[in-house]
Amino acid sequence: MKGLLRRVGFWVGLLLFALFAVFPVVWMLISTFKQTGDLYNAGNNPFLFNLPPTLENVTFLFTGTHYPVFLWNSFLIGVLVVVITLSLAVPAAYSLSRLVGRWGERSGIAIFLVYLIPPTLLFIPLFQLISAINASNTIWSLVLVYPTITVPFCTWLLLGFFKSMPREMEEAALIDGCSRWQAFLRVAMPMAWPGIATCVVFAFALPLSDYIYAASFVSSTSARTVSAGVPTELIRGDVYYWQSLMAAAAIVTIPLAIAYGLLFGKLVKGFQTEPASGV
Amino acid sequence: MATDSTAPPPAAGERHPGIGDRSGLLGGLMLAPAVIYIVALVGVPFMLAIALSTSSATVGAPGIHGFVGLQNFIDVMHQPAFPVALRNSVIATLATLVVTIIFATAESELFARDFRGKWFWQIIIILPWAMPVSLAAVNWLWLLDSQFSPVDWILRQLHLLGPGTLLGPANHLYYYGREWLGLASITMINVWRLLPLATIIVLAGRTSIPRDIYEQAQVDGAGFFRVLFRITVPALGPILVVVSMFTALMVFGDMTITAITTHGGPGYSTQILPYWAFVKGIDGGALSQGAAVALFMFPILLAAAVLALRMAFRQENQ
Repeated sequence: MKGLLRRVGFWVGLLLFALFAVFPVVWMLISTFKQTGDLYNAGNNPFLFNLPPTLENVTFLFTGTHYPVFLWNSFLIGVLVVVITLSLAVPAAYSLSRLVGRWGERSGIAIFLVYLIPPTLLFIPLFQLISAINASNTIWSLVLVYPTITVPFCTWLLLGFFKSMPREMEEAALIDGCSRWQAFLRVAMPMAWPGIATCVVFAFALPLSDYIYAASFVSSTSARTVSAGVPTELIRGDVYYWQSLMAAAAIVTIPLAIAYGLLFGKLVKGFQTEPASGV
Repeated sequence: MATDSTAPPPAAGERHPGIGDRSGLLGGLMLAPAVIYIVALVGVPFMLAIALSTSSATVGAPGIHGFVGLQNFIDVMHQPAFPVALRNSVIATLATLVVTIIFATAESELFARDFRGKWFWQIIIILPWAMPVSLAAVNWLWLLDSQFSPVDWILRQLHLLGPGTLLGPANHLYYYGREWLGLASITMINVWRLLPLATIIVLAGRTSIPRDIYEQAQVDGAGFFRVLFRITVPALGPILVVVSMFTALMVFGDMTITAITTHGGPGYSTQILPYWAFVKGIDGGALSQGAAVALFMFPILLAAAVLALRMAFRQENQ
């Protein structure tokens, strides 16, 4: 009896949380495929297709708006940010965990604090810096600035990974005549791949999700990202292209949700090594 | 916590005196690019923010030469929107924090078990976090639309909304058009988007609690809630502090949801500090005043972070 009660409680709880998470997304997906006459009829049940579903809104998004440009910009910035982030954060994390002594291992929380400095504190002076180097309204302004968020976070995450890895393998490589640098490249980096993969996802997703920098530094359509372009250019004054707006959100969200969902266990593990041991 | 039981291994230099020097040099070389980059693009802008806030700079005249002391701070504080924005920032942050912590503890309790199709439920509950914040805000703008909100429709079907019902004579709630309902909606969106991350962090702490403690409690016949409040919550202490810090900073420092849903309106009744800084500094061109508003957040942020860390330390040392 008690066991049954527990099982019922478990599934009810799970369903409630799932419903809370998914309800706006369901509404988003339904709206995407609705005809205009159906969507704006207040007498209709909003959750049903009272008129046949249509792909028109998705087609409009790709042919009648600049959404493809936004997608391409976000993708390009994402790739560049991943490259910059990894080339700065991986060596730095390894150096802190192995090469510069005790204070390096203990620096996790300091690095994490840099990550916690919110963009709202820095966007005005950064706006000035970007203007001063004539980078406003280009994707390069964002490529330059996003690693300020990804580098601290990824260094912190990788520091945890490197610290939890046994040193013996690298030491064996050193005894075999490898240099430290070779031991890092051939032994430590391959072992840290789950952490590096998490960093890739995080660094790639950040340009997709940031709004404040994208809205501050870029005001021309050709350099807009999805995050800033969709709310500013698909809403024209009082005219909302709701179905296309929802399509725009769905196209980005679903792949990201699957990627994040599959990384769930890795993320939990990442938070187990740090900040617990870094504090 | 989890890994503290193992003694920290000796530094590399101690075990390999032969390569100690080279390790130090290589370590410096590997660390330098990241440090230089962060100093140049976080450290320098932070100093610049302070310089800006004490200058008379605008977009038209962006130089920071005109030193005006604390005049910008005084000007900003005397505007009627300032106390409202400060109040809203604090209320929205605290409300989000309390609800998120309770929900995350409950949700992590569910996901600490193994069950069938877990990966599917993980994707479902992580959805809000995967959605870019601005698109989440657009999603919620449409979900709580003044005319076509399906939430209003459900309330009307349940006879909770509409003429002669509990929630009033109007057929719509106008979520973003009222001061307190607007704030509540923004809080709701923040809880929705931050819950997945909070759950993941709490879960990290939850799964490192030794299992035998639970087995022992089961042998002793302790009920679910007794186990939750006597074992799980106390053991989660430090990690809950970390989650609180995360959540508070994410809400307090973000303007996206307000910028897209209420625009701080009606009037400035749902304004928050970061969006006010944006409206002033970028939209309005008053760079120095915008920087002053943004800097108002810094002492609060710093105090919250230091307080959270000290609590985490203390719990750990016990």
